[in-house]
Amino acid sequence: MRLDLGPLSLARGGHLLLRRALAAIPVGGSLLVRGDDPELVSHARALARRWGSSFAVEGSDVRLGPPEWLGGRWRGAERAGESGAGGVVEAPPQTWGLAARGAAVEVGAPAFAFRLASRDEVWTQDAGRFYLQAAAAQWDPATAIDWGANFELPDEVEDAVVQLMTYLIENETAALIVPARFCAQVHPHFREVMQVLAIQAADEARHIEVFTRRALLKRSAPALSTAGGQASLKTLIDEPDFALATFLLSVLGEGSFLALLRFLERHAPDPVTAAVARLTAQDEARHVAFGLAHLERHTAVDPSLLSRLANAIEGRHDALRETAGLNEEVFDALLFIAAGGWAPASLQRGWDAVVSLQAEMDVGRRVRLRRLGFSESEAARLSGLHTRNFM
Amino acid sequence: MRPFVLGAVAYDPKVVAIWDGFKQFFEDHGLPFDYVLFHNYERQVAAHFAGLIDVAWNSPLAWVMTERIARKKGRKATAVAMRDTDQDLTSVVVVRADSGIQRVADLQGRKIGVGAADSPQATLIPMRSLSLAGLAWPDGMEVRHDLLLGKHGDHVGGERVAAQALLRGEVDAACMIDSNLLAFAADGTLPAGSVRVLHTTEPYDHCNFTVLDGVDVGHVVPFLSLLLGMSWDDPTVRRLMDLEGLKAWRPGRTSGYEQVDMAANSYGPMNELVDQA
Repeated sequence: MRLDLGPLSLARGGHLLLRRALAAIPVGGSLLVRGDDPELVSHARALARRWGSSFAVEGSDVRLGPPEWLGGRWRGAERAGESGAGGVVEAPPQTWGLAARGAAVEVGAPAFAFRLASRDEVWTQDAGRFYLQAAAAQWDPATAIDWGANFELPDEVEDAVVQLMTYLIENETAALIVPARFCAQVHPHFREVMQVLAIQAADEARHIEVFTRRALLKRSAPALSTAGGQASLKTLIDEPDFALATFLLSVLGEGSFLALLRFLERHAPDPVTAAVARLTAQDEARHVAFGLAHLERHTAVDPSLLSRLANAIEGRHDALRETAGLNEEVFDALLFIAAGGWAPASLQRGWDAVVSLQAEMDVGRRVRLRRLGFSESEAARLSGLHTRNFM
Repeated sequence: MRPFVLGAVAYDPKVVAIWDGFKQFFEDHGLPFDYVLFHNYERQVAAHFAGLIDVAWNSPLAWVMTERIARKKGRKATAVAMRDTDQDLTSVVVVRADSGIQRVADLQGRKIGVGAADSPQATLIPMRSLSLAGLAWPDGMEVRHDLLLGKHGDHVGGERVAAQALLRGEVDAACMIDSNLLAFAADGTLPAGSVRVLHTTEPYDHCNFTVLDGVDVGHVVPFLSLLLGMSWDDPTVRRLMDLEGLKAWRPGRTSGYEQVDMAANSYGPMNELVDQA
């Protein structure tokens, strides 16, 4: 066999041609290499030594034998499952690490320490679909909302909106941190789950942006952050179990938030607040749907999870027993936004709206708890124990 | 059981990772093993004769020193194993592509950049090879790059500095091992078309594991059997072999040390060391 490298140097890409030609040498054969690069001989000698080829100079050409070591690195390599969602395995080895699902992984790769590495614990068949939907539904805060819309609100109404935005920002910060943390713990073999959690965190990043921007549209600072509100959110951040955190955050918390954001869109005193509420609610609906899908599969595989979920609600309720629940600033802001003014009849209407919002949240929680397999009465009891802070 | 103790020179921090890994490998296979790191080969050779180590991982120059001292003392040194990549190396003398230097004789009276004074591959062997091709070495013609003396050029630094000096025009030629010419071309130290090979030495061999007569055969036999049995296909040892730059261990041979043996005659510090031994 012959290989003519022309002017190409073995130190500058020519090694690829040489390696390909060496791999094709038949048993008992050899390869004659020629080229115009003055360093051909010394480069070929160094490469032959590295690859375990015999080497001889023939005039200005060189002759190489079959390489002993070319490709040997891939002996014993293992396929990391199959690339499609159907190729997900029950317990991917930690040594598959960051490899693309279905890639051939060299033996001896280092073991990672991804804590969430069992299919039953993290996987849902719908994850890929949820990710694609989320990727297609990304909106640009700069253009999706008409920030220049012309409106002026009475001071008290603007104050109420700013207070609500302040509350939403800290809630969405918790909703960013929780999936972001689990995203870093999921074995990348479960790629679609990792992608859903990542895009969920990205959604929350946009939500934080638009709530902040609305809060500061007419004011120089956000409003009040309460100890009780943060205590409630801290229990979410502190929950180390993926299933339980998903349950508390997505199914119960974001589920309740869905009703809150729709309430805000319905009663928004200005077009910017309405748009912000509408767009964020779209994303939250997806988060709730993914959390439900994940837990439905999980409880189907492991029915004992239901009692752990119930314990989680009860434990959180106990932890928050000494706190004030939904702070009155947020409650009053919601009431005032729905009322739209100081007229007694308006305030009565606002009060009624907030009461029916809480009823609506309760119904939604019970429906989702029933879907996970709780009985009617258990769902009602557990929904009643949900944090009064909504999230 | 007393461990089998290896001596090696610490020319790079990775040396610790290498011999820690080998220690684990030998002990996992039932051979009690330990190692001692030396700052320089001269200290290692002296320790070998003092019986402080059982086997030395020697540079070609350290091998020649050991063999000469052994002969003087009526003892016998044996090269028992080496890497596949220790066999049949060449060094090259490169010049700037546009220099007009066409033959070795054109280098007479010019400045020639070499590595450290004790580097077989970047100094001793190529200088002797150029001498055989007719070059004389009046004062000032040899421009040394004495990085990490005592480590016999195991550190690539001296060769890289010589190559950079060539590009800057501070020297008219530079000496380096063939694989470093390839590496310097690939990593951009020597840009495409900047240099050409003027002269290539005859092939020679590099490092080996050296033992002295009187070493415990009960240790050497399992040491060699485990070493030569290491397979690059085995992922548990592949990392170590990659770090040490080999694909397979070979039985030692001494046919490739003639050049360094001859070249060492001109290396004063070594002759003093042998005389004092």
